[in-house]
Amino acid sequence: MPTVRYMVSCMIRLEGVTKRYADGTVAVDNLSFEAPEGKITVLVGPSGCGKTTSLRMINRMIEPTEGKIFVDGKDASSLKPAELRRSIGYVIQHAGLFPHRTVLSNVQTVPNLLKWDKKRAKDRAMEVLELVGLGGDFAKRYPGQLSGGQQQRVGVARALAGDPTVMLMDEPFSAIDPVVREVLQDEFLSLQERLGTTIVMVTHDIDEAIKLGHRIAVLREGGTLAQFSSPDDLLAHPNDDFVAGFVGRDRGYRALSFQRAEVPIYPAQPVELGDRPLPDEEWSIVVDANRHPIGWVERDAVEGPISQSDLQLGGTLAEEHGSLRGFLDAALSSPSGRGVVVNEGRLVGTLRPQEVLQIIRKAPRPSGDTIAGDSE
Amino acid sequence: MRLWGVDLGELIELTLDHIYLAGVPLIVGLLLAIPLGWLAVQRKWLYGPLLAATGLMYTIPSLALFIILPGILGTQILDPLNVLVAMTVYTIALLTRTVADALQSVPDHVKQAATAMGYSPLRRLFAVDLPLGVPVIAAGMRVAAVSNVSIVSVAALVGVSQLGILFTAGFNRNAMGPILIGVVACLILATLFDAIILSVSKALTPWQTSRSGS
Amino acid sequence: MISSVFDWLSTPANWEGDRGIISQTLTHLEYSLIALVCAALIAVPMGLYIGHTGRGRVVAVSIAGGFRAIPSLGVLFIAVLLLLPRLRGELAFALPSLIVLVILAIPPILSGVYAGIAEVDPAARDAAKGMGMTGSQVLWQVEVPNALPLMFSGMRSAMLQIIATATIAAVVGLGGLGRFLIDGQATRDYDEMAGGALLVAALALLVDFVFGLVQRFVVSPGLTKTA
Repeated sequence: MPTVRYMVSCMIRLEGVTKRYADGTVAVDNLSFEAPEGKITVLVGPSGCGKTTSLRMINRMIEPTEGKIFVDGKDASSLKPAELRRSIGYVIQHAGLFPHRTVLSNVQTVPNLLKWDKKRAKDRAMEVLELVGLGGDFAKRYPGQLSGGQQQRVGVARALAGDPTVMLMDEPFSAIDPVVREVLQDEFLSLQERLGTTIVMVTHDIDEAIKLGHRIAVLREGGTLAQFSSPDDLLAHPNDDFVAGFVGRDRGYRALSFQRAEVPIYPAQPVELGDRPLPDEEWSIVVDANRHPIGWVERDAVEGPISQSDLQLGGTLAEEHGSLRGFLDAALSSPSGRGVVVNEGRLVGTLRPQEVLQIIRKAPRPSGDTIAGDSE
Repeated sequence: MRLWGVDLGELIELTLDHIYLAGVPLIVGLLLAIPLGWLAVQRKWLYGPLLAATGLMYTIPSLALFIILPGILGTQILDPLNVLVAMTVYTIALLTRTVADALQSVPDHVKQAATAMGYSPLRRLFAVDLPLGVPVIAAGMRVAAVSNVSIVSVAALVGVSQLGILFTAGFNRNAMGPILIGVVACLILATLFDAIILSVSKALTPWQTSRSGS
Repeated sequence: MISSVFDWLSTPANWEGDRGIISQTLTHLEYSLIALVCAALIAVPMGLYIGHTGRGRVVAVSIAGGFRAIPSLGVLFIAVLLLLPRLRGELAFALPSLIVLVILAIPPILSGVYAGIAEVDPAARDAAKGMGMTGSQVLWQVEVPNALPLMFSGMRSAMLQIIATATIAAVVGLGGLGRFLIDGQATRDYDEMAGGALLVAALALLVDFVFGLVQRFVVSPGLTKTA
């Protein structure tokens, strides 16, 4: 398969990399791809597809049998393994923190290995801890005193401390409970955007891959590359049945995340707590003093001024310039049947589910695909 | 018939004595350690003191125990009972912790399921906790058996008949032969005890495959 | 009976002099510490190597099991008979005693070190390597500090056994608290024997307590504290 080339320069390049073990099993078979600079590249696939092996060959935790790996233009096999690894951030599933060392000392690991002077190492460690939201007194604690989510934040901070341009992450969020995972993923995305670190990540979770990846490499059993493309491309044009199956039947719905369209937004007249519901509308939207929507009230269910207890919560808010998926989610989850659109948290207006669905039907979509709202 | 200055008949007799002196305390000690270990696990406040006390028993030198026990038991110094009691004390010292560990090694959900089905604590001990704790108990028994075989030989210093007699006899006659035979016989006995405990443990835990075992 | 043992222990004359309790206790402690250091010099590097590389596990297990089965008294006599014609003076008896104690102490130390290293969280080891630690950095900065609790428990159990067994040095005429057992037996002095036994147990407890204190200072609080 020819290597797909992108305009951005590449930070990590695999060329025909194969890992064959002594017993003859092939973990990775002739793998080639380029991880673009400053972007997140996700290796995804079922267990036994060689994704972790591929990742670990990049920092030479595993040596490839054939092929070449270039990191920042240099042939990885020409560098000393320990030195190569010190220049690459490394985050693993269970964080792998050192239980005998404080959080601060854990984060200082790579600066100390690089023999930075003490003050610089400590300042840098405090800085990256602040970055991952663990400032202040966390530095003195031991890993055993942290929650799983906090441990993984420390793991990320530790990987960032040596100021690497490249970071490898092996299932970094898999061991975290779903609610915290979502938060960590969001924080991670904005952190990556700010720092511009080149990241290669492994996950088995296609949703995570689509959410986080700028480029996705789908691997199949036997360690061959099934597809390497951007997430929207992967959802819209899966190369074959394996990729289509792995990406999942509801990929049409997922694909909406990448589709933008103009949807009619109707201005809405909001009310505040203490007002009375609008007499002409079945539902009124309630905002706070900053025009942030806080809920809906049903006209016939309220007597007198609106109080906190009259509010019907629920319903996600759609960003004005967001994706079709955001509009659809907002429209379908609202108690009033109208989706709430906001801009930077402030009420813009409402939209109607029928119109969102119409636009989705008209929008160009992947062939032979099912879209939410369509019946099969 | 003699081998390196040792009469074979005498060797057999000493070996049998040795098996008796090392083996019986192993069984008696286990039977006593089970209630003690169970108590330590059942009553949290007893755990620390009980294990400290049994651990302390192990620090008493065997030679001291062999010569003090007659004063406490009212036995003669040559009475094998002294050795039996001393070895039982050491076995309890080792196995109380083992039994407590074994009972704690049983997964919590299994214990709770058993209790939920109506097992009383005592019935659960024999029906669930002990059978599942067999691998851990067996591991402790193997250590106890091997060290018992070694310690019993010290009783030669007080003159009680067992393989250790070959050590003192050889030493007094400046003859290496009997000592070597005694050492080898002790090693063989220890291996034998070890093998027996291992196979009993395997027979008692058919659900353990050799892969997940130990 | 107990009061007469107490009488023996509280007689000042029994504490003083070359053959008094204080002197014998110090001798006992000296033998024990030398034996522990020698055993540690052999068993710790072995345990570190086996734990770190994963090679030779069978050797560790068989040594730990096999050495326990070796009867101390037999080895003591063999060593004396072998060394007596070759060595002079006290050394001909001291060295055999030392050999016996070292053989005794190797299994618990070896298993403690080996198990301590082997049980280090594989994720921590993987992370250490992945961040660019060399093999020896992984060993000394990650594996050993994390193995310390089990290493200490191996050492402490070895020391308890050494102190209890060091009494048999008296059998071949050496000093130490075993003297009171052997001499008491010879003169049928029950109080002396029981007093000696109590002193051995007390010494064992005291030394274990000191080791426990050292352990508290040496082992990272991160390995004992939890949230």
